[in-house]
Amino acid sequence: MSRGMWIGSVLTALMLGLALVSLVWTPYPYAQLDIPNKLLPPSLAHPMGTDHFGRDILSMIMVGIRTSMGVAIVAVAIGLAFGIPLGLLASQRKGGWVDEMIMRTNDVIFAFPLLAMAILITAVFGPSATNAIIAFGLFNIPVFARVTRGGALSLWEREFIFAARVAGKSRLRISAEHILPNILGILIVQGTIQFALGIQVEAALSFVGLGVQPPTPSLGRMLADAQTLVTIAPHIAIFPGLAIIGIVVGLNLMGDGLRDWLDPRIRVVRT
Amino acid sequence: MLRYTLKRLISLVLSLAVASLVIFAVIEIAPGDPALFMLGVNAQPDTLAALRTELGLDASKPDRYLAWVGGMLQGDFGTSYTYRTPVAGMIADRLWVSLPLTIYALVISILLAFPAGIYAASRRGKMGDAAMMGTTQLGVAIPNFWFAMMLVLVFAVNLRWFNAGGFPGWDKGVWTGLHALTLPAIALALPQASILARVMRSALLDVLGEDFMRTARAKGLSRGQALWRHGLRNALIPVLTIIGLQVSFLLAGAIIIEQVFYLPGLGRLIFQSINSRDLIVVESVVMLLVFVVITVNFLVDLAYALVDPRLRTRT
Amino acid sequence: MSLLEIKGLNLSIAGKPILRDVDLTVAKGEIVAVTGESGSGKSITAFSIMQLLPEGAEISGAIQLDGTELTTLPETRLCALRGARIGMVFQEPMSALNPVKTIGDQVAETILIHGAMPKDQARAQAHEMLDRVGLPPDQFSPTRFPHELSGGQRQRVVIAMAIALRPDLLIADEPTTALDVTTQAQILDLLKGLVAEFDMGLLMITHDLAVVSDMADRIVVMRAGEVVETGPTRQLFARMRHPYTRMLFEASRHSVDLPEKHSSEPLLSVQNVVRAYRLPRTKLFAPAEYHRAVDRVSFTLRKGERLGLVGESGCGKSTLTRAILGLEPVQGGQILLNGASVYTERGADLAVRRGMQVVFQDPFGSFNPRHRVARLITEPYHLLEKSPSGAARADAVAEALRAVGLSPDDAGKYIHEFSGGQRQRIAIARALIIKPDLILFDEAVSALDVSVRARILDLVAELCESHDLSYLFISHDLSVVRTITDRVLVMRAGRIVEEGETEQVFSHPTHPYTRALIAAAPVLPDIDTQHRSHPHV
Repeated sequence: MSRGMWIGSVLTALMLGLALVSLVWTPYPYAQLDIPNKLLPPSLAHPMGTDHFGRDILSMIMVGIRTSMGVAIVAVAIGLAFGIPLGLLASQRKGGWVDEMIMRTNDVIFAFPLLAMAILITAVFGPSATNAIIAFGLFNIPVFARVTRGGALSLWEREFIFAARVAGKSRLRISAEHILPNILGILIVQGTIQFALGIQVEAALSFVGLGVQPPTPSLGRMLADAQTLVTIAPHIAIFPGLAIIGIVVGLNLMGDGLRDWLDPRIRVVRT
Repeated sequence: MLRYTLKRLISLVLSLAVASLVIFAVIEIAPGDPALFMLGVNAQPDTLAALRTELGLDASKPDRYLAWVGGMLQGDFGTSYTYRTPVAGMIADRLWVSLPLTIYALVISILLAFPAGIYAASRRGKMGDAAMMGTTQLGVAIPNFWFAMMLVLVFAVNLRWFNAGGFPGWDKGVWTGLHALTLPAIALALPQASILARVMRSALLDVLGEDFMRTARAKGLSRGQALWRHGLRNALIPVLTIIGLQVSFLLAGAIIIEQVFYLPGLGRLIFQSINSRDLIVVESVVMLLVFVVITVNFLVDLAYALVDPRLRTRT
Repeated sequence: MSLLEIKGLNLSIAGKPILRDVDLTVAKGEIVAVTGESGSGKSITAFSIMQLLPEGAEISGAIQLDGTELTTLPETRLCALRGARIGMVFQEPMSALNPVKTIGDQVAETILIHGAMPKDQARAQAHEMLDRVGLPPDQFSPTRFPHELSGGQRQRVVIAMAIALRPDLLIADEPTTALDVTTQAQILDLLKGLVAEFDMGLLMITHDLAVVSDMADRIVVMRAGEVVETGPTRQLFARMRHPYTRMLFEASRHSVDLPEKHSSEPLLSVQNVVRAYRLPRTKLFAPAEYHRAVDRVSFTLRKGERLGLVGESGCGKSTLTRAILGLEPVQGGQILLNGASVYTERGADLAVRRGMQVVFQDPFGSFNPRHRVARLITEPYHLLEKSPSGAARADAVAEALRAVGLSPDDAGKYIHEFSGGQRQRIAIARALIIKPDLILFDEAVSALDVSVRARILDLVAELCESHDLSYLFISHDLSVVRTITDRVLVMRAGRIVEEGETEQVFSHPTHPYTRALIAAAPVLPDIDTQHRSHPHV
């Protein structure tokens, strides 16, 4: 395991740990208002200070990480659940009508910037965490479909797939038995990348009010609250931001490490 | 080349048509009657009916879709439900902030990323490469709007080099305008530059492994000459794809970051419209965003053909 | 004094020794061939002369060009030398040229980079060189891009680049390995002519002894990083002092004895088969055009028959193979195995496919890396209605592995634990396990070293005896087809141009194309080593 992957895994585990601990314990109840103690700078009692309602920022960040990760994970799961079958189906007959239809639909979804998709969905159904998840989930479907199809297409030209076809196996069966296990690696890598992106997307959408709604804390919501106060109490913006960076760096390092680990391009000397 | 361009053009038009249908359909699902919304619950039935006719709301759905698309083709985006002014004018005003900001950020991103990526690739595995990759790893992870807040904190509040927000307008001079957009553009560009630098580096490293790079060395080119003359143009192909994607990220980012700097761009327009349920504005802005993205993809496709002769001869 | 003199060259990469004490000389106007199997270090020797070595390479010993020591020369002086005094030609013409630059520019670059002459003069010189290598500018515009040329034409461009400044030494690393046999003959002729005309030294790296014997004045045989024998071509072939040289020679012209065939009823019947692909449209509204990769091909393979199919790349033999396997539909005619059609619209007709198995070319790509050998070779059991299980299955696996010369213990291993030759054995075991009536060998020995190839051919001959095989052996290699088949089909541009008893076709070809093919194939000198040395190989 490379050093980057090691750092990434530790960072990710740490953030995940904070999120899980928040289920049973936080330093303070995250929603507890304490107006007299508002906007306190970091101290021993409040390691990351308090916000404009006197809430403990560390507690909010712990819960916020949980919310943000939850949003990202569910959206990635949507992408995986729909994208992989679609990609496999499209790859089974390259250029066939199923392939064409899936890829063209993908193109259309791809043409919608994520933000445009989120705007459209919230404009119709109102802003909520669920709608942010749907928007990012929809965005993820073509991403995974493309990765799956790309990986699968190169495999379909390999001789061991021909051998399986000569053995009379159906394309569906070959997809499950030979193709999927051999592209699982790139899918895992793409999954971590989309997960990291999801954290950023949640933050951005919640920041402009299209995502998680108060009172639920999320990293993006906290930054939205901090926006007007950043000049007088910088700490309420700095810590949630650092949490986002921590999660994203951790996941990206892990993804890069996994990629190198799964595909060590050893240059063979030919003679 | 002509055939290639034509083919791309057809696919551009088709994508736009499908996208417009999707947008129209989604907006149609939205509950509520715009006329009722505009006049309030106490409105008289006949005034309501008159307004509905005026807005074209009582026509059939296909007719309304065609009217919408036809209007857009002539530059008529309809009338805002809340402001009662033409949407086209509202968008045009805001576009003069958002679009320059996007382009400004794109230029910064490319200017930072190309040298950084080339430097890292040429120092592969050495200290310089590692430092560059570490920096970009961090850059990729920083949310641009958070970075924007930090920039405001340092350069506007503490150092007072820039204003914390607001936009004086282009009529005060190009430099004044650019000055006001500099912090937002930097905040937007840095994360994207990090991504682009990483792509540039890995594309170059991929090309360095190609046989023709060895051929170039065997001809007597130095490592640097081979990289410059044979590597760069081949590495540009994947880089172009990412630049195309970045335009849509930057545009979306611009819309978000306008909130931090109180810039009168598309962002403010669109979030106000969502809150006031001014769906016709939302519909048009979304269509505009999609239009920009699809057009940029088309331009990237053309750029591919310029870089890669294999695309020109193949139809 | 020699033009190139290598003395006591040692090379290690990341601490692993690659070359040991290599001595080698090339004189002006001399062609020296370095030959050996994969892993012999012949290519890396060529790259050490260019001083283009992978990172982590450590070199000791002397490489002198006209008295200049290259191993200690600073990089700037090496750059001035490469391309000007030493030119190099590579194995893969497809990837050796920059796809985004015109061929004229790429040839001119050699001249310009060394500042040999001003721009327009350099261009004129580049055109002259293209003309010299057989690409006259009035027919092959120098403004063409590499993808607009065939493999042989690209190799000519690479050669033009290498000789543009009339270097003293030309290094050619497997220059014809990726080319068809007729193209190979032309490129070899071109190289020979250039050496004579420019009075260059040519150091040629090749695995093909027949090419070597045709071209070289002197031969250097390498094995595992060491030179085992060296000498003037005639003398070396006549003496062959080292057993490895003898083994290489014997393996290169290895022949097998097939048991008598007993012709009987037809097994595979290919009737008027057409396989057409739609071409990309050239006009927007014109009707689609089709390319007939296989054009009205008919032949019959009888039970017990060993049939060969030869042809150059692009002749349609791979397409035909896939059609026979029932993997793709045909647009005309029919393919019958035991009287039943192999392709059905609904997918695999298991009953028909049960009669046929295939062995592919690539020993690395034809197995799922995640499965163990037992699972890999029992995959065709899917074709049976009731496949054996438990002990019967294990017995069948053991028997199949034994039949191909492997141990039953190998069943539990993964494919990466085997060498290329062993993998081809496993591929044959997979084909044998359901006892098919017909086996297709699709370039099954083409990726193997000669010694390994000889062993696999032996195995096939043995299996003919023990398993009563019928097969279709598809290959571009004439010498292999000649020994391993009873009857042969010659294919060109989608059609069968000649068909007949193998010996008859090879000794008295009737079609001009067959004649050209046979004439182009390099042959080993006719030396009977049996009498002089141990026949054991």
